Amino acid sequence: MEHRADEPRIGVYVCHCGSNIAGKVRVAAVAEAAALLPGVVVSRDSKYMCSDPGQEMIQQDIREHALNRIVVASCSPLLHEETFRKATERGGLNPYFFQMVNLREHDSWVHEDADAATEKAVDLVRAAVRRVRFHRALEKTEVPVHPDVLVVGGGIAGIHAALTLADAGKRVYLVEREPTIGGHMARFDKTFPTLDCAACILTPKMSSVKAHPNITLWTYSDVTSVSGYVGNFKVVVRRRPRYVREDLCVGCLECIDACVYKEGRVPDEFNAGLGKRKPIYIPFPQATPQVVVVDPASCIRVKTGKCKSTCVEACDRDAIVFDQKEEIREIEVGAIVVATGFETFDAARIPQYGLGVYDDVYTSLQVERMVNSSGPTLGEVRLKNGSTPRSIGIIHCVGSRDQKTNRWCSRVCCMYSLKLAHLLKEHTGAQVYNFYIDIRAAGKGYEEFFDRLREEGVNFIRGRVAEITDWTMTPEEEGRLVIRVEDTLAGFVRRIPVDMVVLAVGLEPAHDAQEVRRVLNIGCSNEGFFMERHPKLAPVETFTEGIFLAGCCQGPKDIPDTVAQAGAAAAAALALVDAGRVELEPNTACVVDEACSGCKTCVALCPYTAISHDRERGKAAVNGALCKGCGTCVAACPSGAIRQNLFEDDQIFGEIEGVLVHA
Amino acid sequence: MRYAYYPGCSLKGTGKAYEESLLSVFRTLGVELHEIEDWNCCGATSYSSVHNSAAFALAARNLALAEPLRMDLVAPCAACYLVLEKTKRYIRNHPHLDERVRRGLQAAGLRYEGNVRVRHPLDVLVNDVGLDAVRAKVKRPLDGLAVAPYYGCQVVRPYSTFDHQTYPVLMDRLLEAAGAKVVRYPLKTKCCGGSLTGTQPDVGVRLAWFLIREAKKRGADVIATLCPLCHFNLDSYQDKIARTCEKVSVPTVYFTQLLGLAFGHSEKSLGLHRNIVSAHAALASRSLATAG
Repeated sequence: MEHRADEPRIGVYVCHCGSNIAGKVRVAAVAEAAALLPGVVVSRDSKYMCSDPGQEMIQQDIREHALNRIVVASCSPLLHEETFRKATERGGLNPYFFQMVNLREHDSWVHEDADAATEKAVDLVRAAVRRVRFHRALEKTEVPVHPDVLVVGGGIAGIHAALTLADAGKRVYLVEREPTIGGHMARFDKTFPTLDCAACILTPKMSSVKAHPNITLWTYSDVTSVSGYVGNFKVVVRRRPRYVREDLCVGCLECIDACVYKEGRVPDEFNAGLGKRKPIYIPFPQATPQVVVVDPASCIRVKTGKCKSTCVEACDRDAIVFDQKEEIREIEVGAIVVATGFETFDAARIPQYGLGVYDDVYTSLQVERMVNSSGPTLGEVRLKNGSTPRSIGIIHCVGSRDQKTNRWCSRVCCMYSLKLAHLLKEHTGAQVYNFYIDIRAAGKGYEEFFDRLREEGVNFIRGRVAEITDWTMTPEEEGRLVIRVEDTLAGFVRRIPVDMVVLAVGLEPAHDAQEVRRVLNIGCSNEGFFMERHPKLAPVETFTEGIFLAGCCQGPKDIPDTVAQAGAAAAAALALVDAGRVELEPNTACVVDEACSGCKTCVALCPYTAISHDRERGKAAVNGALCKGCGTCVAACPSGAIRQNLFEDDQIFGEIEGVLVHA
Repeated sequence: MRYAYYPGCSLKGTGKAYEESLLSVFRTLGVELHEIEDWNCCGATSYSSVHNSAAFALAARNLALAEPLRMDLVAPCAACYLVLEKTKRYIRNHPHLDERVRRGLQAAGLRYEGNVRVRHPLDVLVNDVGLDAVRAKVKRPLDGLAVAPYYGCQVVRPYSTFDHQTYPVLMDRLLEAAGAKVVRYPLKTKCCGGSLTGTQPDVGVRLAWFLIREAKKRGADVIATLCPLCHFNLDSYQDKIARTCEKVSVPTVYFTQLLGLAFGHSEKSLGLHRNIVSAHAALASRSLATAG
């Protein structure tokens, strides 16, 4: 059978998506209605269009019925547009002769009434059928991929990703904003459920990072801008002055002893505010790099310029330089792994728990430091009055699973609370009470650890704690902290006097996650953690090609999960840079020279600096590799001289007509 | 600054001192109150347990009367404040209830469009008048007077419209602005006994006792309240507490009375003479008592 090449012969496929679409939309009726539309040659419905038989059906129909346009009405293009474009291509057509209709997210999932949903489905399919006839053949372009990789954040996630990539022979830049890498894990004492020492398993990896010939480590540094596109990112890193030359300092710490402050003055961040440090300090003994840092907020020399600067004299390597300036480094990388981590919930937001009001209320992070033998108390658990606690309450879910603060489960608090219960009991012999909502011990060896704790005689009381108070009712309560809680298993309200309270604080997005997100141009979910491309099938990818996620910046997770995800992110980055080339989508803008007046309106508006003005010809020109197809220039051009592939006027008007015209 | 004013029954009866002190404090600060005409009982907590939609209609009638005045509605009694706020929210969120209330109001020739903002005087004083303006009017700072700030439950729960739900602080700030020494009082939102002092006196009086005992223990000269029922329970049962629990006594005053004293008003004009447990001696001990 012969057909004129420009005559549209459209195939329409309506997907049931199991019951996801078919449960609300009468898919057979939609396919029947589509069959009557002008240009439609084949119209079918199918249980799962994305399955092999579904895709095969498209390919076979293209061959048998000489189809030259394909419409699939199924789920979001984010999920399967690529699938169906490939099927279209395998059938022998240019993949851009395909148009997708989202009947799931845009229709069946959001409507109650089956008649109305079916009618809407027909409208949407009609729009796509009208649109697709105007589609043109487009070609993808290929660009080379820069082989280097940037890892942002030097906690366990960033460390693991950087080492994986570096061991595979890639050049890695690891950028960390703190003076040392190690992140939260470096502050933990032991790790659950095996109780191996966090430092013993982490610090060797930190040293490997420092020693690795393929890793460039920049601490005390921030990523200030990211431009470019997948495979070709241009990144600007600001290295803040630490007033100490990294190439000279050997970490002998003489300067710290020599500081004019004889005692620490500033709350020690590394020890979660327990203990004090000097303005010149090293965060902890195994800090990497092993280089001291001067805190500009508390150093007299930096603040006033007037100080005897005994630290400078003490350094026989002349490593302390107060005229150090910030440095700006520009690098090019092919892929970026984001591992910027989390912050713990500020328990002062729940005033009835008394953090900062009562002496012996601590956060879990503070207790991690307290039980650590190199912590501020050298592993001694002591109350503010110097005595050893005889009873300790650990409050779970502080800033987690709470409608008033954070609604999500922070996933790690149950297990770290069990671990702290064990350690506190071991250190003090005290009675330890855990106040929990549910014990979430899902993980290898986790439930067994919970069993072990119960055998050790730790007490578990189910109920969300109402308050921690020094309001006493009995002589026994006098001078102690009273935990008021509804014991939901026993069915009554209890008052339990203890000497020390530990608040198991939850995990939150970092305070500047939104800023980081904007710099990287990636998305985040409602609560502020960075968003993966697909919750199940693309857990380390983002919606920005070439940027991958690892660790708690994507959501709370424990160390095993973090390391697993960091490995996956490194592998995904590796796959990209190893391929050496990447295809770019052709949905870009292009200038119609004849209509362009050279007014430059578009040049300033382009958020990706993809448009330049060719002075010689007096015309604008779009760099297809930089263009993201946002359409800003197309809308702004006063002469209508910019077209955008896949969003051309006749295509969009065709779509609008299809929705509005019942024909 | 002008507000519509819904006194509720307490401020005309057992809580008369609250009204007297509120009006004089507001006058000093240039805040005008316009009492809505022909207001009725808010229904308190009891009526809604008897007949839900009638209770909401009853409370909504007051909102309907206030709406044409186009001013925020000040409700000093914590129960009135809560009932009006709750009525507003229930009408807004439950169309079925809204319809019944609308029909009820219509029968009385009234309608309520949902535009009245209900305010507690504490909210007005801190957020509209401002602590600086309060400080500027202080003539006799409450130097050395140790105050236990007692908020009770209804102003902050369940809706924390202007302060923290379990640990409010605005009255603390206000009394500090008047020069008082506010003691740390973790029982600030614990139950005063509520209506249990009448129905289950053993339970209710015991709850009031905790509050008084703890205020004493923390060195409070007076307990400051912002709710007529809290004031009543703490002020009226101290002899019973002495008989059944413990001989312990702390005078209870309205926060507006303390502000009034700081502004230089007399005890009598602030209704302090109406107390059962007189605050005169406590005030005198800090040289804050006034003649008359």
